[in-house]
Amino acid sequence: MTDRDLALKSLALRRRLLRLIHEAGAGHTGGGLSCLDILNVLYHRVLNVSPQTVDAPTRDRYVQSKGHCVEALYTVLADRGYFPDADLDTVCHYQSPYVGHPTRKIRGVEMNTGALGHGLPICLGMALAAKLDGASYRVFTLLGDGELAEGSNWEAAMAASHHQLDNLVGLLDHNTLQITGHTREVMANEPLDEKWRAFGWEVRSVDGHDYAQLTAALTTPPPKGKPLFVLAHTVKGKGVSFMENVAKWHHGVPSEVELAQALTELTAAEAKLREVHA
Amino acid sequence: MFTPAAQAMAAQLGLKQGRANLEAFAETLQTLAQADRNVVAVTSDSRGSGKLAPYGKALPRQIIEVGIAEQNLVGITAGLAACGKKAFGVSPSCFLTARSLEQIKNDVCYSNVPAVLVGISAGVSYGALGSTHHSLHDLAVLRAIHNLTIIVPADNTETRAAVRYAAQATRPVFLRFGKAAMLDVTPAGATFTAGRAVTLREGRDVAFLANGETVVHAQLAAALLAEQGVSARVVSLHTVKPLDTATVLAAGRESRAVITVEEHMLTGGVGEAVASTLLQAGLAPRFKMVGFPDEDTVTGAQADLFRHYGISMEGLAATALALLAS
Ligand SMILES: Cc1ncc(C[n+]2csc(CCOP(=O)(O)OP(=O)(O)O)c2C)c(N)n1
Ligand SMILES: [Mg+2]
Repeated sequence: MTDRDLALKSLALRRRLLRLIHEAGAGHTGGGLSCLDILNVLYHRVLNVSPQTVDAPTRDRYVQSKGHCVEALYTVLADRGYFPDADLDTVCHYQSPYVGHPTRKIRGVEMNTGALGHGLPICLGMALAAKLDGASYRVFTLLGDGELAEGSNWEAAMAASHHQLDNLVGLLDHNTLQITGHTREVMANEPLDEKWRAFGWEVRSVDGHDYAQLTAALTTPPPKGKPLFVLAHTVKGKGVSFMENVAKWHHGVPSEVELAQALTELTAAEAKLREVHA
Repeated sequence: MFTPAAQAMAAQLGLKQGRANLEAFAETLQTLAQADRNVVAVTSDSRGSGKLAPYGKALPRQIIEVGIAEQNLVGITAGLAACGKKAFGVSPSCFLTARSLEQIKNDVCYSNVPAVLVGISAGVSYGALGSTHHSLHDLAVLRAIHNLTIIVPADNTETRAAVRYAAQATRPVFLRFGKAAMLDVTPAGATFTAGRAVTLREGRDVAFLANGETVVHAQLAAALLAEQGVSARVVSLHTVKPLDTATVLAAGRESRAVITVEEHMLTGGVGEAVASTLLQAGLAPRFKMVGFPDEDTVTGAQADLFRHYGISMEGLAATALALLAS
């Protein structure tokens, strides 16, 4: 899949994501839009897993630590054929298996997450298991920047380099916002690159909406014995003008009118992209 | 939250529509903080969920933000309390009472500092967000810790009184609030005393001992049962610990059946506290605990889950009739 194909897909999936959240009447819009490109690259170019190999012991593992952005994950998994697209219409509905945070009831979801600060320690365990088994699979987790205030992340950061887990990848959706507002005002966490380096990680900073940069950072192996931290600079609400960098869209649900406006913008962006490349 | 029939019954009983207990909490805390500079709120990216945004704007020096770090929040709240601050640590009950349990046990309860811990959006308030966001375990784990007063207010009136009580308490207090708009069930003139349950309705056939957001459903069920000639007592057991054993025993002695109702796992909740109180006093009325069974909770909004597990006017009335007929 070319960068352009991915870009087109990402616009379609953004529309699907927004329709899903509108239908469900709940969801995490801003953070879903900020991590969608990362998920797209992971599931199309990086992760050695497919609906056919979802139970294979040797598959790559992806655990979404920022579990609140489950709608983005469900959308990408449906698109990859893990389950029918129509299932997305039941997210959060009474008695649906599609809970509003990742659940292993759903094909393709590796772990139940939603309480922040759990993904990285879990992935350490998975990466250690791979080492113990002499298996070559890699383990990925996606973190939020607000989430980094949880101390468990830093316990895991220390343990990962101690155990030389070069099969472990931490991805940061660095959109600089959390619920209350700017992360630098809620709980300042910079300089993140220096912090992760100081904990013994290989750190790569990329534009989290640039497929080529994401692909290179995620597919180039880190130095032997070093866990990899990919610091992806993203825009919360990416792709919808009135949602971009606006804190209230963290869990804002688009109204009928807002949904229509967002879909129009995304469709226009798609038309433009097709025109440029025609 | 209510079926049309339940709504009609609420209107018939003249139950006034209130706001979310969380809003009553936030407003009361702000009033207290305006009068006393020693009052501080501690939040973990939770001021929005805690309805404390206006408080934060009005009193920026009396709100301490710790980021998404609930363990840190409880430790900091304990430290503030140890140094003379009236500190309220405010965070979703699911995270506050699971992740920070050791800080609650050691830094607050064992060290005996007068900190107030506020579990917000408790029970299944977060509904379809699922088990990570439910606190159906909180009362069980907190009950097993010595030196903590645990209060689960039923309505805005009980909420305001509980917050005022907590602000002047000299020992640790835990308050638990949901986010649904509540009907006011407290009778005019009722006084709130921590550790003393409030009897909302007298009755001899069956007694509903309930707390928090379930109380109103028991109140409506009692009215429905009355139409069928069954007399039901309704008690708001707002203080889970220390339990008002006198009121519990009176219910066990004076009614043929006792039904406990809670937005909590049946394991370790108020139902088991009531059962052990009754049995140890040699009382064995017909007994049923209504709450969340030990299973993977189904997906749904709080209202769906309440209906699913029988916490509704219709569900509770049916449970009472079945129990009395058994
Ligand atoms: C342990 C825990 N505390 C609090 C929350 C509530 N919560 C959900 S999302 C969120 C903000 C997350 O911000 P960030 O990590 O920056 O995510 P993003 O911006 O990518 O959405 C909070 C506080 C939670 N899910 N888990
Ligand atoms: Mg963020």
